[in-house]
This record gives sequence, structure tokens and C-alpha cells, in this order.
Amino acid sequence: MFQYEFMINAFAAAGIVAAVSGMVGFFLVMRGQTFAGHALSHIGFAGATGAGLMGIAPIWGLLGFTLAAGVGMGMLGERISNRDVAIGVVLALALGFGLLFLHYYTSFATQATAILFGNVLAVDRAMIAVLAGLAVLTLAALAVIMRPLVFATLQPELAEAKGVSLRLVSTAFLAIVALAVSECAQIVGVLLVFTLMVGPPAAAQAVTSGLWRGLALSAGLALAEAWLGITLAYYTDWPVSFCIAVLSALTYFVLIATPQRRGRSKVESLAEQQIS
Amino acid sequence: MNVIDLDRATIQVGGRNVLSDISLSIGAGEFVGVLGPNGSGKTTLMRALLGLLQPSGGGVRVFGRPPQRGNPQIGYMPQVRTVLPDLRVRGLDVIASSVNGERWGLPTLAAADRRMIQDTLAAVGALDLAERPMAEMSGGERQRLLLAQSLIGAPRLLLLDEPLISLDASHQEMVIDLVHGFSRERGITVLFSAHELNQLLGFLDRVLYLGRGQAALGTVEEVVTAPVLSRLYGTEIDVVHADGHIFVMSRGHNVERAVHLHEEDHAHSHQHDSGHVSI
Repeated sequence: MFQYEFMINAFAAAGIVAAVSGMVGFFLVMRGQTFAGHALSHIGFAGATGAGLMGIAPIWGLLGFTLAAGVGMGMLGERISNRDVAIGVVLALALGFGLLFLHYYTSFATQATAILFGNVLAVDRAMIAVLAGLAVLTLAALAVIMRPLVFATLQPELAEAKGVSLRLVSTAFLAIVALAVSECAQIVGVLLVFTLMVGPPAAAQAVTSGLWRGLALSAGLALAEAWLGITLAYYTDWPVSFCIAVLSALTYFVLIATPQRRGRSKVESLAEQQIS
Repeated sequence: MNVIDLDRATIQVGGRNVLSDISLSIGAGEFVGVLGPNGSGKTTLMRALLGLLQPSGGGVRVFGRPPQRGNPQIGYMPQVRTVLPDLRVRGLDVIASSVNGERWGLPTLAAADRRMIQDTLAAVGALDLAERPMAEMSGGERQRLLLAQSLIGAPRLLLLDEPLISLDASHQEMVIDLVHGFSRERGITVLFSAHELNQLLGFLDRVLYLGRGQAALGTVEEVVTAPVLSRLYGTEIDVVHADGHIFVMSRGHNVERAVHLHEEDHAHSHQHDSGHVSI
């Protein structure tokens, strides 16, 4: 299948995006903010269709809207950005606007499907360059805030006392999520960003207890699911995003159903072995 | 030099004077129990000492200086201890996150930090907890781990906000023993807030009783008396001594126990509310 250029492009783009999604998503899941990530992607839909209406490439509209919304949520503080109802209302409003923009730009309808469900097979060299640039930016920003982010996530009360600005860290992180969502939407679409940003990290956290191991496994799972998904789509002719979604869900359910032994004391495991 | 000095300090939370016009001094190596009804300002006092709340009047000094966030001389165990239920991060990573956690960059640990964490874990007998996920620990194990965390970096002042909450009696004893031992061994000043006095009797150098914006600091014999507590509770209080225990009663009810039960309920229902403001 690698004799086709569009397949090579698809593997490259999906690889870049999956690694970023798996790593950023790891912290999104850890912080319990997956709904905020979901909302950002829907807000991005309004941005993408709005950009289409103005004749700009959808990714820039996506980026602009998600970044503004992410920073906005962060500035409003933890209490608001974790409120499901407030986020849900804004999310619905954004989808409504997305529909309005579509209504005024009807020829855009085919591209709307691509925005909603992704179209990785249509990715060209220029888009790969954009995605690679964004990926470097996203991961660099994540590396800068990672230390206080982990502290503020695990022990917010103590972090505040030790001089961490919870609001600054939260805002910076949601901006990073906005970047990752915009990239992820290019591959699997705004409706399916969970498949790469939530499924792999949640599965990874179910079977690891070390921070770095979890992060690596999350990125690895996302990468494997994205590449396998494309391969599966190539041989079955099913949509790529569907294949990735299935693999993501399967991996998640298999791993959370796996009984946990790691991390327990040796005495306990020994006792269990003797019993069984 | 005193470790803590309050000079006619008034501290407000949400426009209300939680502590008003309080003056007191606590010296190096003192083990002080902080008691008082709900909302009497135990957490507020600690937050002021940490520099998270500014006094609206008077002066607060810690080690002779106005408090500043991130003072490495202070070890702190907050009352609201967020534990994300689904998170399987191991104990080591949780407490390692607090070591220089305010700095930017990747959360890597220097060899010296690693050794410091190991030593502190060993000192509280929590080495076996390092590899286990926090969410799977019992209350006592979690407390031991967080206690170790508050001791990392050899602080000179420990602020422990309700470290006994939701622990059974044997674990409460273990925590008190550990803290008392450290305080004596290393000359660390400890503020230890609690709802019940009795477990702490015999360990405390002095007790700081808070109530209705006021404070009384002194030995147990000086402070835990009917006149002083009646003033702090704003109602008639009897202090009953029985069998080496002290019971603080109001109209025949044990005040501390009622408060304690209520507080446990509270702690459970608000466990995940990170925006929770305690007083």
C-alpha cells in the first residue's frame, strides 16, 4: 500500500498527530477535563466552517476558535472550566453557529463531512508541514509546563501553597489542548477526537502507575491505533476514522478489563498465588 | 527568634473576619495543637502563615518575615486532599511532583532529590507505598505518604491541617507518634489541627484554641477550661475531666464529637470539589 503517495502522507500525518494527541490527552484524562477537550473540538467546528465561509483553510479557523475558547476557559478559572453545564451550553452554541455558517455556504457541505469525521487520505505535503510545525510547538509548550502541571493536577492545594499559579497552568494547558484538538481533527474529525485524545490515554492509565511509562504507552497506543486503522481501512475500504474509533474503543475496554497486579506488594501477590 | 508571630492580626475570608485582632508567638520546636469548632479559623490561620491570605490588619511573621508563598522552610499538609479516584499514579510520582513542582520544565528528579525522597519515605516507614497507586491506598497509608511528603526538604515548620480526619484510632496514634517524634528529633515546630483533644494529650507543648474570631494559646491546663472555652464557643461550656481524658461539653453534649462526625460527612461529599474553600 506504500506505492501510493496519499497512503504515505496519511501515515506521516496520522503518526505526527497520534503522538501529540496521546501525550496531550494523557494529561487531559489525568486532570479529568476530557469534557472540556470534547467541547473545544465542537467549538472548533464553528471555527472551521466559519473559515470555509471566508475562504480560508479550515484548520486556521479551528485553531483560532479552539485557542480562544481554551484560553477563555482557563482564565475563567477551574470552577467554571470544570462545570459541565456551562461547557455544554457553550458547546451547543458553537455547533449552532457551525450550522449557520454551513447554511450560508452550501457548497461547503462535502468539506463539512471532512471536518466532522476527518479525511486523512486527502492530506497533502503542505498539510503535513503545518501539522509537524504545530506538533513541535505543542510538545515544546507541554514540556515547559509539565512539571507544575503534574503538581497542580495531583495536589492542587499544596501546589498553590508552594507558589504555583493554578490559573496560569490551567490556561496554558487548555491552550495546548486547543492546539492538539485542531491537529487531531485533521485526522479523525472534530466528532472523533476522543478516539485519539481520550481512548489511548485512558487505556494507558488503566494499566500503568508510573508517570513516564503511562505517557509513553499512551502515545504508543495512539500511534498504533492510528496506523492500524489506516491499514485496516486500506484493506476493507471502510472509512479510516471508523477503523481508528473501533480500535480505540477495543483497546480501552480490553485494557480496563485486565486485572491489575502491578504495583501491589509482593506479599499480596504471593498470597494470591498461593490461594489460586 | 520566634517561628510564628502574630501581632494584632486580622484575617478575612470573603469579607468576614475569621480571625480578628490576634496576637501570639510560637517558638522553635514547639508542638502546638490547633483546636476549635468548624469555621473557627484553623485552616485560615495556616493559609495566612503560607502567604495564601494577607492579613487585613496587623502583622503576621513567619521566621521573622512576612509570609511568602513557596517558603521551603514550611512543610504543609492541606485539609482538602484531592484524590482522583480513577488515577493510578503511584505514590512515588505523587510526592515527587511536589519536589520543586513550582519550576517550569520536565518533571525530572535529580539524584539528590531522589535520595531525599527515599530517606523521608524510609523515616516514616512508607517505602513500600512508593510503587502503589495512590487511589488504591487506605486512608492511613495515604496519610503516611502525605506526611512523608510534608517532611521532604527538611522544613523547620510543619503545618498539618486535620491530619487525623477519617482515620481509625490506631492510625491516628501512628500519625501523632510520627509527627511528635520528628518534632522532638529535629526540633521542628508543628501546628497540628484536630477536632479532638484527647489523642493529642500528653504530646502537646501548648494548645491553640480558636473560636468566634478569637484565640487562646497556652498549656492544656490553662486553655481547656470552662471560662476560656465558653468565651471562644460563645455558649456555656463544661470541661469534664474523666479517667485522663478531657471532654468539652455543651448542655450535656460532647461538642468535639458532634463536630467531628459532621466534618467527616463534609469531607466525603466535597472530596472532588477542588474549588472548595475551607475555613
